[in-house]
Amino acid sequence: MSTPYYVSPEQIRQDKEDFVRRGIAQAKEVVVLEYKDGLLMVAENPRKTTFKISEIYDRIAFAAAGRIAEYEILRVVGIREAEIKGFRYYREDVTAKWLTNLYSQHMGAVAQAWDAKPLEIELLVCELGAADAPAGSTLQNNRIYHIAFDGIYSEEEKYAVIGGRATALTDILRQHYTDSLEMSAALQLVTDTFRTVEAESEDDYEITPQTIEVACLEQSTERRKFRRLSTDEVTTLLDF
Amino acid sequence: MLDLSDYGTSDFFQILKRRHPELLTTLNSPDAVSNPHVPESSFQPYEGTTVLAVVYDAGVVMAGDRQATEGYQVGERRIQKVYPVDRHAAVAVAGAAGPCIEMARLFQVEVEFYEKTEGVSLSLEGQANFLSHLVRANLGLAMQGLMVLPLFAGYDVKRQRGRIFKYDAIGGRYEEDNYYAIGSGGKDARSTLKKCYTPQMNRQDALKIVIEALWDAADEDIATGGPDLIRKIFPTLYTVTKAGVTEVPEATVETLYREFISRL
Repeated sequence: MSTPYYVSPEQIRQDKEDFVRRGIAQAKEVVVLEYKDGLLMVAENPRKTTFKISEIYDRIAFAAAGRIAEYEILRVVGIREAEIKGFRYYREDVTAKWLTNLYSQHMGAVAQAWDAKPLEIELLVCELGAADAPAGSTLQNNRIYHIAFDGIYSEEEKYAVIGGRATALTDILRQHYTDSLEMSAALQLVTDTFRTVEAESEDDYEITPQTIEVACLEQSTERRKFRRLSTDEVTTLLDF
Repeated sequence: MLDLSDYGTSDFFQILKRRHPELLTTLNSPDAVSNPHVPESSFQPYEGTTVLAVVYDAGVVMAGDRQATEGYQVGERRIQKVYPVDRHAAVAVAGAAGPCIEMARLFQVEVEFYEKTEGVSLSLEGQANFLSHLVRANLGLAMQGLMVLPLFAGYDVKRQRGRIFKYDAIGGRYEEDNYYAIGSGGKDARSTLKKCYTPQMNRQDALKIVIEALWDAADEDIATGGPDLIRKIFPTLYTVTKAGVTEVPEATVETLYREFISRL
């Protein structure tokens, strides 16, 4: 009987992390940013039916970077679990924190399984604050959760970025972000940020209304706060 | 780890049936079919009645009175019988109130679940057909006297017009071209609609005949509630057009009723 090679737990973790890092390095970024009326989400994506940003529930949106086949399953399962929870209890009982935990447990379990490869994805789970909550209540705050491939998550404030060049984009946003931007100004800031980073990279992806995917969670009278912005709408906003 | 096994289906009802049958206790109960019996007379759940829909030039109006009865008693004065389903459809329900509300709620979630997972809306006809399955799933309870009958109406985005679908107790689905009303006051409401309906009527005229039809239903049928001018309770009216599903403001409904009463 042969003795199995000893590999230290640190080594296993490091190997998996390196593996995912190489995968994610290729991934197009998604930016979420708090603006005056809610949360704006922007991704580099020229395609019109395969989305990186999606609606999960009344006030909750999902954004992903990495392998589409891997995050698409999590998107659909997130909608399923959210609808089941809302059907069992009440729609307001479905929260981003709960959904983040659900994803986190799953991604953590996959990352630790000895016979599975870790998911080469990063997620953002965003929730629009309740405008009708009592003044000063934390329920009014928007929520942004960033979930890494191994299920480790963090709560972000004001803005967050996932994808290969997330650090570069975050650095620029940190310098230029201000509170309570109008939607057009927020969109301009994000597209400018993308352009700056693109100018430094080799492929220099051109940022136009046709090559970005834009959606928002905005305070409105509708129950479903998620809205996709059409190319025309993005064009109008950027011309402002 | 999450169970990813039913990741291919966009059918929420099927997911609940397989994974959470406890959430579908009234719908989908095969025991009731094999063991039909008439409940004791002391068993009187809330029942809701008269709901109707009328096609007009921009789409369709859907309306319902607000009363639920408990035998010969008024059970509830403000019940809601008309529910928006998505941007272009609404459903109204008549029958045993509990299962009615459950069916409307499940139907709404089903349609929204489909839209979110597939990225496109379920067609109006697809929604109408799916509702057939829900009615059929309630067959067991219907045979025990807990009937649920929906009326479904929407704006067909492809065909650019309002459409109405009615159902029978075992899920048969039939399309009506101009108007329809169901529930115990349905026949009275239909008589009024038959006399007053004209094709391609405008919104205001459509609202007027809807108000009048509900008035006549309440006048003839003891289970249907009329406008309650003292408590300020009025029937719910929704318009479904290309622009979406919109509730007609209560103040507008009140004005319409006051005008109508002054003409009596």
